[in-house]
Amino acid sequence: MTGVPTEHIIEITYLIATALFILSLKWLSSPTTARRGVFAGEIGMLLAVVGTLLYHGIVEYKWIVIALVLGSIIGVPLGEVAMTAVPQRTALSHAFGALCVTLVGTAEYYLRAPNVPPFMMGVLSLEIILGSLTFTGSLMAAGKLQEILPQRPITYKGQNIVNLGLLGVAIVVAGVLVAHPEKMQLFPAIVGIPLVFGVMMIIPIGGADMPTVISLLNSYAGLSAAAMGFVLQSKLLIIAGALDGASGFILSVNMSKAMNRSFTNVLFGAFGQEQASHAGTAEARSVKSASPEEAAGILAAANKVVIVPGYGMAVAQAQHKVRELFDGLTKRGIDVKFGIHPVAGRMPGHMNVLLAEADIPYDKLLDMDEINGEFSQTDVALIIGANDVTNPAARTDNTSPIFGMPILDVDKARTVMVIKRSMGAGFAGIENPLYYQDKTLMLFGDAKNFVGSIVRELAGGHE
Amino acid sequence: MKLDLLTSLYVFMLAAFIGFEVIRRVSPLLHTPLMSLTNALDAIAVVGAIILAGEFHEHGALLAKILGTIAIVAATSNIVGGFLITDRMLRMFKASGPRKK
Repeated sequence: MTGVPTEHIIEITYLIATALFILSLKWLSSPTTARRGVFAGEIGMLLAVVGTLLYHGIVEYKWIVIALVLGSIIGVPLGEVAMTAVPQRTALSHAFGALCVTLVGTAEYYLRAPNVPPFMMGVLSLEIILGSLTFTGSLMAAGKLQEILPQRPITYKGQNIVNLGLLGVAIVVAGVLVAHPEKMQLFPAIVGIPLVFGVMMIIPIGGADMPTVISLLNSYAGLSAAAMGFVLQSKLLIIAGALDGASGFILSVNMSKAMNRSFTNVLFGAFGQEQASHAGTAEARSVKSASPEEAAGILAAANKVVIVPGYGMAVAQAQHKVRELFDGLTKRGIDVKFGIHPVAGRMPGHMNVLLAEADIPYDKLLDMDEINGEFSQTDVALIIGANDVTNPAARTDNTSPIFGMPILDVDKARTVMVIKRSMGAGFAGIENPLYYQDKTLMLFGDAKNFVGSIVRELAGGHE
Repeated sequence: MKLDLLTSLYVFMLAAFIGFEVIRRVSPLLHTPLMSLTNALDAIAVVGAIILAGEFHEHGALLAKILGTIAIVAATSNIVGGFLITDRMLRMFKASGPRKK
């Protein structure tokens, strides 16, 4: 085999792979074509990898094969985690992606130094800075989501200054390297400082900010891969990186809008800084509570029910009991829908995946904009483990830290029922006036047990 | 070389535009599978790692081999795991209507 035709074959596999990647994302736009999208992506990936293995410059295959096999062995269990563990799995895969990019970038520098043209050194620095901070940042996020690390945000005075200072130093060092790529002793700094920055960036992040952070890390991982494409002059890599970067960017913007955070706030990763203490208002205001029997009675009398799930449902693993409730109510001819806030849960789309796993048809899962118009015709809004995303203070109280955040208008429903462990405030420590309304019934207990009791009551009353 | 960089910038710009247009249309329903799928596609960085680990290097061959091999492991686990879990999630999304079981 001569070299020239092989080059062409490789280029053609890359071209087809690129087209398949774009089609893959296009087909993902609808649940009916989405699985075809995954298939297209797999074929594209296979073509690109096989094409690369044909490259005549490869002199030794042993380690490549060992690494491919080992990676597949690690990948299979990562593809088979429980659906409740998907957020931490996603964070972990961002870390792996960033690790790959950082290691390749580091090797490329040492192979090419000292003769690295300025533009090349610039994108190489970008690749390495983004890659390293995404690596440790994602590991930290995964640790928090897996609850290996404390989930509480840890803040201290001057945190933002320290963090921005670290990033600033890394950028200055990168600038020096662009001018003097031969100063090899400086190179470890643009790997090491962003590694530290990644940890520092995630320390102040609490659980409720995770959807935004994961999206942002997704975007960084994509951009670092695109930068790697510039370094290696690989159009395939530039395109895949740009697609991933765009995807993460769109999700980050969605999430920040859903939390009413400004875009610069997101870009600089300054999350979770305003845990304003709203204590003091937590006087002994009276709430009405109800038993499972009463709740079942009210639900059975309704024509239209909207269930609003939140992270509490995921924690209590209540999704399968919720499906039973859905079935029980649907059987009685009651119209049941789900209202899902964009930041409900720990990553974008988290609730949808859990409810789909529990076999709830996806056309019953409505996002915030679709469901909000329906609450005024709703008899019962049943909130399961969600808090801040239903807080009407976001509309009315301009002193509230979440003022301006778009919420689910559950208070427009005729009756509101809230399944909650206790009267403790939500993640952000913000009082929720919804609980003190006349039409609100508090259902105190574990989400899974409580929903289970309602289901039993409904079944018993039916016979 | 200069032309190559400029071409690369054009490619990046066009791909970013396509990405925005295509991904904007993905329903919030599928945002979790979207993230795991883009993650798997992003692991195409494996092609760079394969060449790094397999190519002949006059200097720094050991470094290239070690870093390249680890990079291949990391990227491959993302490819395999990412596609697997995306497909698993998508299989669960079913429309209303007669349900099996």
